[in-house]
Amino acid sequence: MGDTPHRSAHAGTGGTPVAMSHERPAGASARVAERSGNPGRPGGDLGGGGGLPRARAFGAERAFRGLTLAAGTTVLVIIAAIAIFLIAKAVPALRANTESFWTFEGWFPNDNPPKFGIGALAFGTVLSSLLALLMAVPVALGIALYLSHYAPRRLGNGLGFVIDLLAAVPSVVFGLWGRDYFAGPVADLSAWLNTYFGWIPIFGDGPYGSSILLGSLVLAIMVLPIVTSLSREVFRQTPTANEEAALALGATRWEMIRTAVLPYGRPGVVAAVMLGLGRALGETIALALTLGSTYAISFNILQSGGNSIAANIANRFAEANDTGRGALIASGLVLFAITLIVNITARAIIYRRREFTESAA
Amino acid sequence: MTSTLTPSRPRPPAQPATLRARRLPAYAAPAIAVAAVLLAAAVVYGAGIGGPVLVVVIAALLYLVGLFVATNAVEGRRSARNRTWSALIHSAFVLAVLPLASVVWTLVSKGSERLDGNFFGTSMNNIGARDANGGAYHAIVGTLEQVGIAALITVPLGVLCAIYVVEYGRGRFAFAIRFFVDVMTGIPSIVTGLFVLAFWVLIVSPWFNDGRPSFSGFAAALALSVLMLPTIVRSTEEMLRLVPAPLREGAYALGVPKWKTILRVVLPTALPGIVTGIMLAIARAAGETAPVLLVAGGGASINFNPFENNQSSLALFVYQQAGEASKYSPARAWTAALTLVALVLVLTVAAKLLARRNRLGR
Amino acid sequence: MAKRVEASNVTAYYGGFKAIENINLTVEPKTVTALIGPSGCGKSTFLRSINRMHEVLPGARVEGNLTIDGQDIYDRDVDVTAVRRMIGMVFQRPNPFPTMSIFENVVAGLRLNGVRRKSILEETAEKALRSANLWDEVKDRLGKPGAGLSGGQQQRLCIARTIAVEPQVVLMDEPCSALDPISTLAIEDLMFQLKDKFTIIIVTHNMQQAARVSDRTAFFSIEKTGDPGRLIEYDNTQKIFSNPSQKKTEDYITGRFG
Repeated sequence: MGDTPHRSAHAGTGGTPVAMSHERPAGASARVAERSGNPGRPGGDLGGGGGLPRARAFGAERAFRGLTLAAGTTVLVIIAAIAIFLIAKAVPALRANTESFWTFEGWFPNDNPPKFGIGALAFGTVLSSLLALLMAVPVALGIALYLSHYAPRRLGNGLGFVIDLLAAVPSVVFGLWGRDYFAGPVADLSAWLNTYFGWIPIFGDGPYGSSILLGSLVLAIMVLPIVTSLSREVFRQTPTANEEAALALGATRWEMIRTAVLPYGRPGVVAAVMLGLGRALGETIALALTLGSTYAISFNILQSGGNSIAANIANRFAEANDTGRGALIASGLVLFAITLIVNITARAIIYRRREFTESAA
Repeated sequence: MTSTLTPSRPRPPAQPATLRARRLPAYAAPAIAVAAVLLAAAVVYGAGIGGPVLVVVIAALLYLVGLFVATNAVEGRRSARNRTWSALIHSAFVLAVLPLASVVWTLVSKGSERLDGNFFGTSMNNIGARDANGGAYHAIVGTLEQVGIAALITVPLGVLCAIYVVEYGRGRFAFAIRFFVDVMTGIPSIVTGLFVLAFWVLIVSPWFNDGRPSFSGFAAALALSVLMLPTIVRSTEEMLRLVPAPLREGAYALGVPKWKTILRVVLPTALPGIVTGIMLAIARAAGETAPVLLVAGGGASINFNPFENNQSSLALFVYQQAGEASKYSPARAWTAALTLVALVLVLTVAAKLLARRNRLGR
Repeated sequence: MAKRVEASNVTAYYGGFKAIENINLTVEPKTVTALIGPSGCGKSTFLRSINRMHEVLPGARVEGNLTIDGQDIYDRDVDVTAVRRMIGMVFQRPNPFPTMSIFENVVAGLRLNGVRRKSILEETAEKALRSANLWDEVKDRLGKPGAGLSGGQQQRLCIARTIAVEPQVVLMDEPCSALDPISTLAIEDLMFQLKDKFTIIIVTHNMQQAARVSDRTAFFSIEKTGDPGRLIEYDNTQKIFSNPSQKKTEDYITGRFG
C-alpha cells in the first residue's frame, strides 16, 4: 500500500534502480533521455518551426545537476574521510603500544611505555548491547503490537505519540536516571538473583552496583522506544486486505497477526532491531554513567564493573595525552568497524527481503 | 475437475460441527488472577524468598499459565493461544510503562528544583563546590549555536544530496550513495566526535591557532552535522519520492526544464515533510553529548564565539554536573536535563504536528 | 455442504451511521445469489455482515437475525472464527499473502486449523487449485510468491484459498471489478462449477454479470445519500431482469438511474 506512490515516482522520473540502462554520455542525448517520461513526444518537439534548439553544454540544468552530484558525493567522501582520519591518528598509538591491542586487559596509554588493549572493551560493548536487545526486543514488539492491533485506535495513536517522544529523550537523561535512581533497585535484584540463581555463572558474587546488568537494563529502556516506534509503524502498514483475508479464513486475532502482520513486517522489524543494536553499541553517555569502568573480561553481569568502547572514550578522554587520544581513536575505529558490519548486514537483509514484499503490495 | 472437492472424509478437518463454542465464563480471568496472586504470595512469603515485587512477577507468570490451561480445557488450543498472547502483549505494555514513567517522573520532580531565573541567567563561571547557584546560560548558548551552525551546513547539503539520489542519480553510483547514507545513519555519535577530533581539532585547527589544537563550538557543530546529514537525506528522499509523478510530468510537458521543475514544483510540494525531517534531526542532534564532549572543550563561562575557545552545551552540562562532587550539582544536572528534554520535545512535537498536516504523507 | 442463509430485520451501523436497515432475505443452498444496486447502497455491508467481517471495522455493529441452517451466527455463544470458517469470503481486490508462496497461500486456512500433515496439505491444495481452474497454470511453480501471478490468477488463488477449508457458503465482494474481461469470464465459469457444492452470494456492479451467473438477484437501493440502504426487490434473476415488480428496480436495470 505504502509502496505505491513510491513506485510511481520511480516510474515518472526513471528512478534510480530501475533505469540503469538510461545512463548516457553527456550531451544532447541526455536531454532526450530526460524527456522519455513524456510519452508520444520522443523528440521533445518544442517551439514549432525551425530547427530544434541545441542543448546547451553549460546551462543552469547542468550546473544544478552538478551541485546535487557534489552533495551526493560528499556522503561518500565523509565516510571515506572518517575511516582515513581515524586510521591516521590511530596508527602511531598502535605502533607505540607495547602490549597486544586485541588481548591485553587494561588501558594505560598515557604511561611510558603505553599499554592498552581493546579486548575487554569490545567484549563489554557487545555483551551489554546483546543483553539490552534480549530484554528490550520482545517487550518492544509486544508494545508495538498492542499499539497497532490491540489498543483502541485513539489510545493506540496517543500512546504511540508518547513513545515517539520518549525515543527523542537524550541518552544523558537515561544515564543520569540509571545512575541515581535505578542503581538501588538493580543492586537489590542482583543480590536476589545471586542468592537464588547463584549457581548460574552469570549471576556471580558482588559487590553490586554499577554493573553490566545495570548498564544493559538502562540501554534496554533507552532502545525500547526506538524499536517500538519503528515496529509499530511497520505493523500499521500491513495491508488491511491481508488482515481481512486472514480473518475471513477464520483466524483468531493472534493467528491473524501471525499470518498477515508478522511476515509482512519482518524486514521492517529486523531493521528496527538492527537500528536498536546500532544505538546500543554506540551508546556512550548512558553507559559512561552506569558502568563500573574496569578492564577485565567477566561473564558475571551482577558485579560492579564492565565497560564499553564508547563509555571508555568518554571517561578517559579528559586525561588523555597524545598517545592516549590515539589509543582512544583506535578503539573508536574498532567500534566503527563493528557498527559498520552490523549495519551492512542489516541493510543487506532488508534489501533482499524488500524484493519479495515489494512485488506484492 | 469438477467433482474433486467431494470429501473423502466424512467431515473436512477445518469445519466445525457447530458454530457454538464453549466459552470461558466472564469471571474466569479475574478468578485466575486472584488465585495466581494468592498462590504467589503464599509461595514467596511461605518460603521467604522475596518481597512484593517477586509476588507480582510470579503471580503474572502463574496467571499466564493458568489462563492457558483453563482456556485450553474449555475453548480449545487456538483460543488458548490467542488469549495467552493477548495477555502477554498487554503485560509487555505494563512492564515497559513502569521504568519510562519513573524516568519522566524523576525528570520533572528533580528538574523543577532549580527552575529559576538564576539558572537561565548565569553561567558556571567562578562557581565552586560550595556555591548553590550557578546556571546553564552558557550551555544553552552553546547548544543553540552549535545546532544552528550544524543545521546551516546540513540542510542544503542533505536536501541537495536527496535531490540527486531521487531525481538525477542513476545506476551504481546513486545506489552507492543511498547505501552509504543508510550505513551512515548507524555510525555511533562518539565516532563522529572522534572523526572531527582527528580531522578538525588535531589537524586543521592548528593552522589557525599558532600550531596548537583548539576546541571550539564549531568543531561540535561539524560533528553534529555528520550525525544529522543521513537523517535529513533519508527523510527528504522519502518525501521527494511521495511527490506524484504526474506533477513532474505536467511541468515537463509545459517545457519547464528539469531543475526548475524540481525547485518550483517538487520541492514546494514536499516541503512540509522535509521540514519535519529536518526538525527531527535537529532535535536529535541537540540531545547529543558524546561528540560535544570530545571536541567542544566544555568551558564554564559564557562564550558567544563558536570559532574560538571552549564552548559547552546543555547535554554536556548535564554530564559534567553529573560528575561533580558538589551537593548542588545534581539539582543543576536535572534542571538542565529538563530544559534539554523540553527543547527536544518542543521540536519533536512541532515536527510531528507539521507532519500530520502534510498532505503527501499517510 | 451448502447451507441456507436467512436474514431477518438485519440492520448494520458504522458508528452512528446506519448503513442498511431491515434486510429480510433467504438464500437457498447451492444457488448463486447476486446483490446489485447503486454505489453506497449497503450491499457490501450486508455481505460482510453474513460472515461477521463487518464488525472488524472499529465502531461497526449489526442488529437483527442472521442464521445459517437455523443457527444464529450472532448468538452470544457463537465462535466468530467458526462462523468465518463456515462462510468463506473473496474480496474485491485479490489479496494473496505477499510473503507466502502459492502453495502456502492455498493451505493457509488449513494450517490455521492445525493441519500439519504434508500429504493432506498437498492433496487439498491440488483439489482447491483444480476447483479454482488454476492448477494447470501454477502446478510447476507452487513455491513461487503468490503475488507474482497476474490479477486474474491472484483472484483465483484467493478463491482456491477460500474453498480449501471447504466452507459451506462463499461470499464474493465484487470479485471481478479489478480484473480484465478474460479473467472475469474465467471466474464466472468458476462460479457455475462451484455452485454444485457451495451457496454463493456475490456483490456485483455489473448487471450483465448478475444476469449471467446468478439464480436469484437482490436489488438494494437508497433514497438519498446518508440514508440507510434497503432491499427493494428479491426474486429470480430472470424475473428481475425481464419483468421487475418494482419501478425502482426497472429504472436501475434499464440504466435510468444509479
